[in-house]
Amino acid sequence: MIGVVQPTPPSLDVRGVRYAYPDGHVALHGVDLTVPRGERVALLGPNGAGKTTLVLHLNGILTPTEGSVRVGGLAVSQDRATLAEVRRRVGIVFQDPDDQLFLPTVAEDVAFGPANLGLRGAELAARVDEALAAVGMGEHRDRAPHHLSFGQRRRVAVATVLAMHPEILVLDEPSSNLDPAARRELAEILRGLPVTLLMVTHDLPYALELCERSVILDAGRIVADAPTRDLLTDTDLLTRHRLELPYGFTPTPR
Amino acid sequence: METLAMHISNGIIDGPVAAVFAAVALVAMTFCVLRGRSDLDDRLAPMAGLVAAFIFAVQMLNFPIFTAGVSGHLLGGALAAMLVGPWVGALCVAVVLVVQALVFGDGGVAMLGLNITNMAVLGTAAAYLLIALLLRVLPRTPTGLGVTAFVSALFSVVVAAMGFVGQYWLGGTTDLGGNLGGLAGTMAGVHLLIGVGEGLITATTVVTVAKVRPDLVYALRALKPAAPAPVPAVGGVR
Amino acid sequence: MGAGHAHVLYRESASPVHRLPPEVKIVAMVVFTLAVVATPRTAFWAFGAYALLVAAVAALARVGPGWLLSRALIELPFVLFAVALPFLGAGERVELLGLRLSEDGLYGAWNIVAKGTLGVLASLLLAATTTTRDLIVGLDRLRCPQILTQIATFMLRYLDVLVGEARRMRVARVSRGDDPRFLWQLRGFAAGVGALFLRAFERGERVYLAMLSRGYSGRMPAVWQGAGAATAGQWLVAATVPVLAAGVAATAVLLT
Ligand SMILES: Nc1ncnc2c1ncn2[C@@H]1O[C@H](COP(=O)(O)OP(=O)(O)O)[C@@H](O)[C@H]1O
Ligand SMILES: [Mg+2]
Repeated sequence: MIGVVQPTPPSLDVRGVRYAYPDGHVALHGVDLTVPRGERVALLGPNGAGKTTLVLHLNGILTPTEGSVRVGGLAVSQDRATLAEVRRRVGIVFQDPDDQLFLPTVAEDVAFGPANLGLRGAELAARVDEALAAVGMGEHRDRAPHHLSFGQRRRVAVATVLAMHPEILVLDEPSSNLDPAARRELAEILRGLPVTLLMVTHDLPYALELCERSVILDAGRIVADAPTRDLLTDTDLLTRHRLELPYGFTPTPR
Repeated sequence: METLAMHISNGIIDGPVAAVFAAVALVAMTFCVLRGRSDLDDRLAPMAGLVAAFIFAVQMLNFPIFTAGVSGHLLGGALAAMLVGPWVGALCVAVVLVVQALVFGDGGVAMLGLNITNMAVLGTAAAYLLIALLLRVLPRTPTGLGVTAFVSALFSVVVAAMGFVGQYWLGGTTDLGGNLGGLAGTMAGVHLLIGVGEGLITATTVVTVAKVRPDLVYALRALKPAAPAPVPAVGGVR
Repeated sequence: MGAGHAHVLYRESASPVHRLPPEVKIVAMVVFTLAVVATPRTAFWAFGAYALLVAAVAALARVGPGWLLSRALIELPFVLFAVALPFLGAGERVELLGLRLSEDGLYGAWNIVAKGTLGVLASLLLAATTTTRDLIVGLDRLRCPQILTQIATFMLRYLDVLVGEARRMRVARVSRGDDPRFLWQLRGFAAGVGALFLRAFERGERVYLAMLSRGYSGRMPAVWQGAGAATAGQWLVAATVPVLAAGVAATAVLLT
């Protein structure tokens, strides 16, 4: 290997992942997806396409019936130590912040992840402050999550994951239920984060705003993978997969 | 509005008997934690917490017994036993009682052992014994399930009330002499009525849940020959 | 009906009672209650002394009597039980207002009303001066088994969420013309309870998944109990009330 530059492994490498729920319903029919380090990718698809199912494969909560997932070169397996490292590398922000924020104060919730990694004391406090600062929630650290607005709760949910210093940030429907101002604030925060990003959404303008590349998942298959602008100007493709641009929003083709 | 409830307040039962039942409750709860862990392993804390929140929330929603005026609220022991099993069920009801005593002043702190024994331990145990029995003899239809839930809930409320009568017999602060039988009769009568409400709600609730997600009804799972493990609903709010 | 906000008992203030660490308040409340319960029912003066202690703490905590008394109505069901005792009680009968009542029963009723009320007032003072979150921290510091404090933490966190969901479902039901008035019209209510259970259970599963995703492996990391535990001085300050109560109880026991 002397003289050969070792390329950094992609943040995410999903190969041929097939998954059937125990009731027999096949939710993923062989999904391939590679996300290089530092890229921001939108995962688009209608309801029931299998987006959340795919997300739960990325950190080993679900195990593929066939195929494999690698995170930063590390193969996801059910081995305890690997699983712990994979869950540090893949930060998942779930759709409902109330599912994610379960402790009595914002600071405790943000500390939960890094504390599971073994951090304590000053180091832990520093992680919490840093993550809360990154989402602009520093002054709310001692408040109860359920006293925050929905948009603030979603930002704290992002912080709980950032505090683990993930290799890739995965967001499930980050713009759902946000009012326009909160939606914009979150976009500004996400754009400024120096991490690889996989954003699950059916909010097409949001995808265009934040991600240079998009993939479309429908009925458990990747059906398109291209620059976001190219996908959004292909109205036939969008219609075929039950994706719709909001009224009055027309992206200009390059 | 009157609320009929069974949270024994301070001063009804004497100290020594209350202390004995505090010990009984402690032992029973330790046992429930151990068995609950084998049911739910590391899901025990979040799942039992949500079920306890559910029981508490339902208790806050009083239901009318006879028009306005008198209302009762669900004890929830039979419902919990049916849905999450006797161990986790009893544990959840006990946590609700502890929090109600400490945070809301509902039920005397000194009587906590008595209340836990009656509502969490006796009520849930009686319900589950009946559930186990009835589900073996009744058909596995919505009607069979509903009847099981109704009868076991009714019975559990009366048993919990009789637990109070028994404790009163052991250590009541006022000697009722021959009238203890009267107390037993009154308590049984009133709680039979409450039990009908409890039974109806428990039955409808269990049947509703069994229709949508039969895998979540512990009683159906545990008493079936092959019990498949439940799979989390990952798709968010479905 | 009755689906109030779950944290409604806490009264925001910076009083000296509010500032005490939760564990000392819990211990003080429990010891006070035990002293009250152990007091012989004929020692009327002792109950007066306890009432004075409660009033003093309430004043220190800036909790008004109106608030306290209206919340104390929660023990009403057992007051009804107490009212029945003079009629049901055995032994000597006394003539009172034209009724032949059991003397023992009258004492019994007094016993329940006095001890029950004092117990409720003590609990209310604890709840009014301590947030639910601090109560859990206090229980934790008192070495309450972790599994119980964890279940209670989850319960209190999601109680509001569930009550909110229940209220929205109820509004939806009532808007469609359901008016549950009688026991036999509970179908709608119960169907709502079923739906609420499904939501609670599925949320529990999602919360658990979200915890797993952040590295949960079955043990909650203990990160927040360390700081702020009570000092010896605070224990001493808070001990005044239960020590006084215990003294009153002991005197009462010796005198009767
Ligand atoms: N626990 C489960 N058991 C069976 N099928 C499920 C389960 N969870 C989700 N599904 C099904 O799998 C498919 C994909 O679901 P999901 O990944 O949640 O879709 P999306 O997030 O794209 O809306 C859907 O048809 C859904 O009904
Ligand atoms: Mg989804």
